[in-house]
Amino acid sequence: MPNLLEIHDLVTEFDTDEGVVRAVDQVSFEVKPGATLGLVGESGCGKSVTALSVMQLLPNPAGRIVSGNIFFQGLDLTHLSIAEMENLRGNEIGMVFQEPMTALNPVQTIGRQLTEVLHLHTDQSDASALQAAVEILEKVGIPSPEIRLSEYPHQLSGGMRQRVLIAIALICSPSLLIADEPTTALDVTIQAQILDLIENLQKQLGMAVLMITHDLGVIAETCQDVVVMYAGKVVEKGSVFDIFDHPKHPYTQGLLRSIPRLDSPAKSKLEVIDGMVPGLLDLPSGCRFQNRCPLKTAQCEYTSPAMELVNSNHQVSCLNWKNP
Amino acid sequence: MTQPLLTVDNLKLHFPVKSGLLRRTALYNRAVDGVTLHVKRGETLGLVGESGCGKTSLGRCIARLYKPTSGQIHFDGQDISHLTHKAMLPIRQDIQMIFQDPMESLNARHTIGDILEEPLIIHRAGEYAVRQQRVRALLDIVGLPMRSISRYPFEFSGGQRQRIGIARAIALNPRLIICDEPVSALDVSIQSQILNLLIELQKEYGLSYLFIAHDLAVVKHVSDRIAIMYLGKIIEEGPSQLIYSQARHPYTQSLINAIPVPDPHHKRQREIIVGDVPSPIHPPGGCSFHPRCPRQFTPCLAKQPAQVTLSEQHKVSCHLSASHDAS
Ligand SMILES: Nc1ncnc2c1ncn2[C@@H]1O[C@H](COP(=O)(O)OP(=O)(O)OP(=O)(O)O)[C@@H](O)[C@H]1O
Ligand SMILES: Nc1ncnc2c1ncn2[C@@H]1O[C@H](COP(=O)(O)OP(=O)(O)OP(=O)(O)O)[C@@H](O)[C@H]1O
Ligand SMILES: [Mg+2]
Ligand SMILES: [Mg+2]
Repeated sequence: MPNLLEIHDLVTEFDTDEGVVRAVDQVSFEVKPGATLGLVGESGCGKSVTALSVMQLLPNPAGRIVSGNIFFQGLDLTHLSIAEMENLRGNEIGMVFQEPMTALNPVQTIGRQLTEVLHLHTDQSDASALQAAVEILEKVGIPSPEIRLSEYPHQLSGGMRQRVLIAIALICSPSLLIADEPTTALDVTIQAQILDLIENLQKQLGMAVLMITHDLGVIAETCQDVVVMYAGKVVEKGSVFDIFDHPKHPYTQGLLRSIPRLDSPAKSKLEVIDGMVPGLLDLPSGCRFQNRCPLKTAQCEYTSPAMELVNSNHQVSCLNWKNP
Repeated sequence: MTQPLLTVDNLKLHFPVKSGLLRRTALYNRAVDGVTLHVKRGETLGLVGESGCGKTSLGRCIARLYKPTSGQIHFDGQDISHLTHKAMLPIRQDIQMIFQDPMESLNARHTIGDILEEPLIIHRAGEYAVRQQRVRALLDIVGLPMRSISRYPFEFSGGQRQRIGIARAIALNPRLIICDEPVSALDVSIQSQILNLLIELQKEYGLSYLFIAHDLAVVKHVSDRIAIMYLGKIIEEGPSQLIYSQARHPYTQSLINAIPVPDPHHKRQREIIVGDVPSPIHPPGGCSFHPRCPRQFTPCLAKQPAQVTLSEQHKVSCHLSASHDAS
């Protein structure tokens, strides 16, 4: 089956006062129709920037895609006109942004923001758009949806804002949903409801999902494949079983060890990956994980590891993955 | 016996809801509807509950960013529920808040250096050189590079911004921090670093936390006691271990069953609480959980359950437990 989304060697940079920051460096992965791909990694490693690159929503003029291709349904998004991209966004590709307050318009009502998407992409009447807005709010579990339509974002709780964003992303039944931390503000029961809703849409409409989340429980429950990023690069990818059962990259291994368990003694010291991720302006030569890596050898200081096959589906970029 | 650092008595916060053509206030959103709780010195009280149940509103009331509709808040023995802005100022450095949506609370036009220095200036915490040193120390504590000082909030990732919020909250060595989803935007390794830090600060300085989070493994790890909130009220509270092993309220039980497990082999049937999510604008009569409760029986529709004391610290508001008591 052809891939719905294919990212090839994506490089995305930002201009800052102190120089050019390469937030995404040679990132490649693909998402199959109907499937869920999980994207995980250290805070600041480039997950959101990857998502914004796909959506062509990088801050202008500071951010830009420097090289690489993003194929969606065979179309290279990096070559589309603004109008063509606007046509896809919110329609064929829905996105749930990480920080709802930044993504929602503070001076527009919830109802207006929901129906606007429909008016942009369909020729529904006002009444039927409103009806659709109420229905989708109900589906994401927002009580009294009719009253909420006339409210503004600041009047909603954090989790409600997040659900409004999910509703906006889903209202046009996209083929691809990019969900950037979609459930961080949701309690476990509402989270379960949202994950169910997404799963149903995947079954009914064949929607694919790019799931960015820190919650490894959510990854384990929803994803078939997982991509792990570190400091702008993909360091490991494979099936969810490869990654959880046989992680090969020392970063992935450290990440899995850091999960707080329900049975860990209260207030005991939680396992962490020692050290700090290097700043993007102070990257070392060689492997970017070297300063925190238990497997580090002299070679890691000057050789950038390439992606190597562990099995046909599982890849890792570490010079020493074979000798832990 | 020393009194708790924070006590909250029958606290209510009702937001007016404007509706209808004339946009008159005809309804109220009963976001916080009679909450009673306390936090002892050096203690962490975990606060969990359904999205929209009023946790942030309660936190903001306690930090006196909102004025309560009724009820009392005592901090260190002083009633702060109706203090004016000016009278609150000296107390503010003792009660800090880590905000749920960091972008909302960070001034987009200020650099990180300015943002972290600001509370130090307001509360006169030393001269320029001392303040700069403190700012650097704070960045180090939350694991952000020194270069961040001259950068703006939008140049950071979500998790980096959350850490800026944490650095600001601890800048003045407060006595109580209201942590509203403080680690939800962080990957598990940095999350663990921050949690270790909060626990260390507590051990060292006897800090108290009201810790709001939806990740129950995290809440269990940091909390001495846990309170479960539903539709503006606390429905169960007790020592964390007990809440996980012997939850009595059906809502608490379903929360614990819904915790996702980080193991792809564990294919769980997601348990979803059936029934409509209730609205704080039109709360159901009787027990507010009854429309969704799998174990509701006649009394649940008729009246609100009173709080039942199961053991010295374990309390629940549920008719099931009440009838248990009687029998
Ligand atoms: N507008 C910008 N200007 C400069 N640098 C930026 C900008 N936006 C993001 N960055 C940098 O790019 C890097 C990647 O950021 P990104 O938001 O993709 O991280 P992330 O993986 O989503 O992290 P998190 O899990 O914390 O959300 C970060 O180091 C961040 O500082
Ligand atoms: N400034 C406000 N004006 C009007 N209503 C508000 C305001 N802030 C919160 N509310 C309402 O109060 C109720 C409780 O919201 P609150 O933010 O306290 O919930 P929460 O428990 O923190 O939820 P979440 O877990 O989603 O963050 C919601 O119905 C919300 O719409
Ligand atoms: Mg992000
Ligand atoms: Mg909240």
